Amino acid sequence: MASVLGRYGRKWSLGCVSYHKNYLPRFSTVAHSAVPSEPIQQQQAGRSMNLYSAINQALHIALESDSRSYVFGEDVGFGGVFRCTTGLAERFGKHRVFNTPLCEQGIVGFAIGLAAMDNRAVAEIQFADYIFPAFDQIVNEAAKFRYRSGGQFNCGGLTIRAPYGAVGHGGHYHSQSPEAFFCHVPGIKVVIPRSPSQAKGLLLSSIRDQNPVVFFEPKWLYRLSVEEVPEHDYMLPLSEAEVIREGSDITLVGWGAQLSIMEQACIEAEKEGISCELIDLKTLIPWDKETVEASVSKTGRLLVSHEAPITGGFGAEISASIVERCFLRLEAPVSRVCGLDTPFPLVFEPFYMPNKNKILDAIRSTVNY
Amino acid sequence: MAIWVTTARKSGATMAARCLTRRNMVNGGGSCSAFPKSHHSLNALAGKKEKENSSSLLGFWRFKSTKASAAAAVDQLYSSDEDVTNNHQGLDFPGGHVSYTRSLNFISNSSTQNRVPCYRVLDDNGVLIPAAGGGSNSGDFQFHHHQQPLISQQTALKMYREMVRLQVMDTIFYEAQRQGRLSFYLTSTGEEAISVAAAAALTPDDVVMPQYREPGVLLWRGFTLREFADQCFGNKDDYGKGRQMPIHYGSNKLNYFTVSSPLATQIPQAAGVAYALKMEKKDACVVTFFGDGSSSEGDFHAGLNFAAVTESPVVFVCRNNGWAISTNVSEQFRSDGIVVKGQAYGIDSIRVDGNDALAVYNSIRAAREIAVKQGKPVLVEFLTYRVGHHSTSDDSTKYRPVDEIEYWKVTRNPVNRFRKWVEGNGWWNEGEESELRSATRKQLLQAIQAAERTEKPVLEEMFNDVYDETPSNLREQHVQLRETIKRHPGDYPSDVPV
Repeated sequence: MASVLGRYGRKWSLGCVSYHKNYLPRFSTVAHSAVPSEPIQQQQAGRSMNLYSAINQALHIALESDSRSYVFGEDVGFGGVFRCTTGLAERFGKHRVFNTPLCEQGIVGFAIGLAAMDNRAVAEIQFADYIFPAFDQIVNEAAKFRYRSGGQFNCGGLTIRAPYGAVGHGGHYHSQSPEAFFCHVPGIKVVIPRSPSQAKGLLLSSIRDQNPVVFFEPKWLYRLSVEEVPEHDYMLPLSEAEVIREGSDITLVGWGAQLSIMEQACIEAEKEGISCELIDLKTLIPWDKETVEASVSKTGRLLVSHEAPITGGFGAEISASIVERCFLRLEAPVSRVCGLDTPFPLVFEPFYMPNKNKILDAIRSTVNY
Repeated sequence: MAIWVTTARKSGATMAARCLTRRNMVNGGGSCSAFPKSHHSLNALAGKKEKENSSSLLGFWRFKSTKASAAAAVDQLYSSDEDVTNNHQGLDFPGGHVSYTRSLNFISNSSTQNRVPCYRVLDDNGVLIPAAGGGSNSGDFQFHHHQQPLISQQTALKMYREMVRLQVMDTIFYEAQRQGRLSFYLTSTGEEAISVAAAAALTPDDVVMPQYREPGVLLWRGFTLREFADQCFGNKDDYGKGRQMPIHYGSNKLNYFTVSSPLATQIPQAAGVAYALKMEKKDACVVTFFGDGSSSEGDFHAGLNFAAVTESPVVFVCRNNGWAISTNVSEQFRSDGIVVKGQAYGIDSIRVDGNDALAVYNSIRAAREIAVKQGKPVLVEFLTYRVGHHSTSDDSTKYRPVDEIEYWKVTRNPVNRFRKWVEGNGWWNEGEESELRSATRKQLLQAIQAAERTEKPVLEEMFNDVYDETPSNLREQHVQLRETIKRHPGDYPSDVPV
């Protein structure tokens, strides 16, 4: 009953694989090497689209390629408050795409049950700020489901999607970045895409991964981030970080919307003769230490940036791990440019955020240490 | 809340024993009723509903007035049948049509008066209680028109045997913990009828999602005493691979989800599992168990609501045994137990004597039928008593009177009661009883010895199954741990192979 459907091999080599309709891929996507993955190969033509459209496309593909997949959550039926689920209910029917009652612990609990019966359950939490009622189900149930049963049961088909992060006017309860809470939980994966093409491939991998995944979508980028996204079915590997800009003086690590801010800082630093290497972590747990370690071994400097408050943020884990591994190589302390230790404020958002100049200042002081 | 029960009493206990339900009064559907027509008058105001829908919308809203002068006010709650024909006496809002009333009256709730009656089949001496009014209107599965039980001798005996084995298993494992051979144990003493008889009423395809006081289900389905012992000792034969405390059994092949300590978390999961069964069009339901305490958890509310909205075939079974560790039900809720809560979610509900194995069997059979055939959830509340302590970490004499425990243990014992019935049918005798008990005891002692001697799972099992494949951080930690063990072997238990 809880048996896993046909495993079609474990090797994960390229960024793009095509899938046929009744094919039920169950790929494990654990990083085995520090070699950065190749950029997405455009086997088919891409189309310019924004983040929510890319997510929408991924969901269409997920539902089409696997008849045992479901998408549900609050307001998902009409297309969702961020339009990510547009057209799904019409196309796949209300028994596969449906609204749930307003109850996050119910949404996740129900999703765990569905997944435990070998289905792909894609549960939407309307804002990451509201994920906390489901925290018990995620931490005590989903994360431990396989382990505690001795492998007899699992809810690997579970994916929880939630919009996270600053949006300019969201205040306390529409702007949170709660990834750090989940990174502390063995048994789940935490994935955060930086752009539409990344989101599509990472979401498809998350849905098809045989472990419960929490997938945070940067809401800031839902409309703002636009790029060419290949239209076919492709997956991007989990637990593989990507060097998105090569450099030699300092390594910057980030995820999600923050990367575009960091990239701007890198471009400006370049003008001052500072060569920055920028890494997108993509999967926060289990995270790709090898890629970051290799980069810091080259540059000797590390800066981590995230919107979430600095204390206890995931930057602390990255910093501690890299210091353990690269202590003698480091030319300067690891720098963290993060949100402040306050609830996410409304009027004060511009002061709270780790913006480009804060990052630039930190790059300079790290390089000049 | 009060009057429909009163009404039910007038029509006989059997009426009330039917599934009490808030029959989709707002959203339509459902035409069964527990009430004779004369006691309601507003159903036709439900507008588009069939006139046969005899559950009154306002009947639900009746309150019982204790003052004679208020009797007239009560009548004002109900328009006469003439009013009923004028549709404009009602209001349309999202959610459907409702009648309105000019009277400002609150639904009064008193958990001590007019409680939902409790279905039972055997009296305290194990004698069949005749159905009221004779004949087959008791709704029991097991009674045909001669009122002889249809439950076969074979099923009844298997039920009885497993209840005895459960009792003996609990006694022996409890003793083993007291002797320091097990770290922890919890018994089902006093509740043997619930888990065994419920399991007997199900098919092997029905998925069971337990809380933790239902090993009787596993016994019924064939889990061996050795398998129980292996899990309690956490040895290499434990299906759980030594990762959890004793009594956290799980069996994929027996469709019994692994027990987890957090309470009520299985309830919304059950709705999801049931939804999956429905989508697969399986002739199967989910049966999930929880206690009175768990019904206070948010997950209880979430699970029932989700099951109702998604129309999933799950039977929610509450073992209301009066105690959540030291917290008596009077400190747990102010409602009339758990059965009335089903109504709030639009779920058919029933209250049953959980110490009556036949009543348990019948009610679960009936509940399962509703769940599977009608594709919707059902709530069953079993009233019972937790005779044992909460667990080996508890001494319940600290918070309840010893003679209360004794009373339930001796006078209201579900195993003895069922024994009287099977013996009364000539199907069992003292000789077989003592033989079963001593054989089971012997098997248990052997199982414990063998399980105790079996080595623990290898160290690697600590790192497996966190994910489907072991990630690099865990591989690294495993390597480091092995090095530490080499340096300081004395820090680590020797019965775990490295």
